[in-house]
Amino acid sequence: MIYRETGQFKTTYASDQQLFPILQDRVFVIGFLLFAFVAMPFLASDYLFRAILTPFLILSLAALGLNILVGYCGQLSLGTGGFMAVGAYAAYNLAVRVPDLNLLVVFVLAGLCSTVAGALFGIPSLRIKGFYLAVTTLAAQFFLDWLFSRVGWFTNYSSSGSVAAPPLEMFGHPIQGPAEKYLFVLSIVSVFALLAKNLTRGAIGRSWMATRDMDVAAEVIGIRPLYAKLTAFAVSSFYVGIAGALWGFVYLGGWEPLAFDVNRSFELLFMVIIGGLGSILGSFLGAAFIVILPIALNRLPTALGMPLSTATVSEVELMTFGGLIVFFLIAEPRGLARLWAIGKEKLRLWPFPH
Amino acid sequence: MSASARNLTIAFFALLAAAAVSPMDFGEARFPQWLEIVIGGLMSGVLYSLVALGLVLIFKASGVFNFAQGAMVLFAALTLVRLMEKMPFVVALAVVLAVMVALAWLVERLVLRPLVNQEGIVLFMATLGVAYFLNGLGQLVWGADVYTLDVGMPKEPKIILDKVFEGGILVSTEDLVAAVIAGLLVAALALFFQKTATGRALRAVADDHQAAQSIGIPLNRIWVIVWSVAGLVALVAGVVWGSKLGVQFSLQLIALKALPVVILGGFTSIPGAIVGGLLIGLGEKLSEVYLGPLFGGGIENWFAYVLALVFLLFRPEGLFGEKHIDRV
Repeated sequence: MIYRETGQFKTTYASDQQLFPILQDRVFVIGFLLFAFVAMPFLASDYLFRAILTPFLILSLAALGLNILVGYCGQLSLGTGGFMAVGAYAAYNLAVRVPDLNLLVVFVLAGLCSTVAGALFGIPSLRIKGFYLAVTTLAAQFFLDWLFSRVGWFTNYSSSGSVAAPPLEMFGHPIQGPAEKYLFVLSIVSVFALLAKNLTRGAIGRSWMATRDMDVAAEVIGIRPLYAKLTAFAVSSFYVGIAGALWGFVYLGGWEPLAFDVNRSFELLFMVIIGGLGSILGSFLGAAFIVILPIALNRLPTALGMPLSTATVSEVELMTFGGLIVFFLIAEPRGLARLWAIGKEKLRLWPFPH
Repeated sequence: MSASARNLTIAFFALLAAAAVSPMDFGEARFPQWLEIVIGGLMSGVLYSLVALGLVLIFKASGVFNFAQGAMVLFAALTLVRLMEKMPFVVALAVVLAVMVALAWLVERLVLRPLVNQEGIVLFMATLGVAYFLNGLGQLVWGADVYTLDVGMPKEPKIILDKVFEGGILVSTEDLVAAVIAGLLVAALALFFQKTATGRALRAVADDHQAAQSIGIPLNRIWVIVWSVAGLVALVAGVVWGSKLGVQFSLQLIALKALPVVILGGFTSIPGAIVGGLLIGLGEKLSEVYLGPLFGGGIENWFAYVLALVFLLFRPEGLFGEKHIDRV
């Protein structure tokens, strides 16, 4: 009854091509953003900001980047953690070596460094496909891990190999406190999500999807695979690099190379697949699922009145995590975004059966 | 083996040998040293091949890229080491084997069968889930400590060929035994695949799922068998690795090294897994000794992957993989 597009006629091309053609969608999205920007800072506690919302948003951005590569362009990558590290260390070096630079400029430049690295490691994709490609992206992961832990210049010759980000500051205003950091991350993520949404429905996004669906056919109809694949790697790494810089600067504050190891890559791939391949919304849903699940699992035994030792909890957590992933893949291989779409279809008819 | 693959292999070995021989000019006393490195590299390559073998078996028969192979190695080794505290080695071995078969059955029932006809990446993710589950389960049931696995493998290194060279060559007997075990396993598998009806059915499934099904080969049972064989290979790898390094969580990470091995050899080729393992082991040891100092050490973490990457640029389907022709 409520969610129905009857009577919403599209009379111009602009209204036909707008981002959310259905009025109810527009109202919902604007309302949701207003809630996130205006109401949330007053409602949520510091713990919620620090432990859940900020990491969720940053990882969503990284998952979004990976989704562009895996979900839209069909190039499987296991090196996401490495590209996050490129972003984080590039941002660190820029901030330390050029102290007057605006923080946003630092992040964008860090993203560009990651773009270059991504395009470089994307070159094999022109020859190699599928799982072969996935393993070669592991080369990027392990090489970058090694680079940042062994070459002293990247960590400014810190003796322990770990680095601490300088304090965050925008236009002379320090960004302190969980709520301010949350708003900072939220603004960046909103802008980039909008950008991604538009990129993927434009010419470049369609060329990615054509490459994903069948690369030979795409080539035949005039899409240059070199251009499509390398832009996907470049754009994806740009997103991932900025997420890495945010992860280091805003969430961690200080980090060591292990913060961006191969487990991070797998975690991001989980988010993309559980959320839904080839869906912007899916990246967010997947990130939310993977961020919240361990916290929920951690709390569940105490809530049920069965306090377990930390070791047992972490082992049970691993098992539940693995089991749930298999369960989700069986229940809905196309991800949470697909469930959302099914729900919307149902809602259009509700409360009538047909 | 196709002619070009053979030529490439020969060229590669020649290159490595040349790289290895070059320091010889600076003094003949170093001659045994590089041979020692080559032998050591080949031996550790055998161990990589053991893990890679399990991956290839499953990929051939079911098209699943089984990331859980490393977790299966760890799980098998952990189960064995804890059971050996209570019962003799042979009994424990039999029990672990039964456990691995049960595991194969469960995986087929609960994971593969519901996901049949899904895309490769979904199946790959599912095996990642299985890997997480197994790691959690293994440590929950058997504890997360480091265990020493002693199955009576000789530990002390041995000097061979001391008649030929001055000083001889130092070889780890443990590695030698491991290599012999690996050789026996491969021979047994080859016999199984060539001579038994089940083996032939497995090969038929690997060639063409639909054709195999149409002549009455039960796919589900074949998958259970193939996962069981992969479990057996994992057990052997677990015993060999475990007695070398101790049974611990990091065993699972070593299994990651099997990935460049399979892509170098080709996903669908058992000889590829062996040759790939040897090449990676050799390349890794040589690079560590001769290139490592240039880079500041620690390059063995990524060298295998980069080696495989560079190799794939020239031969995208690996050494012995099937050439894939894309059609619209």
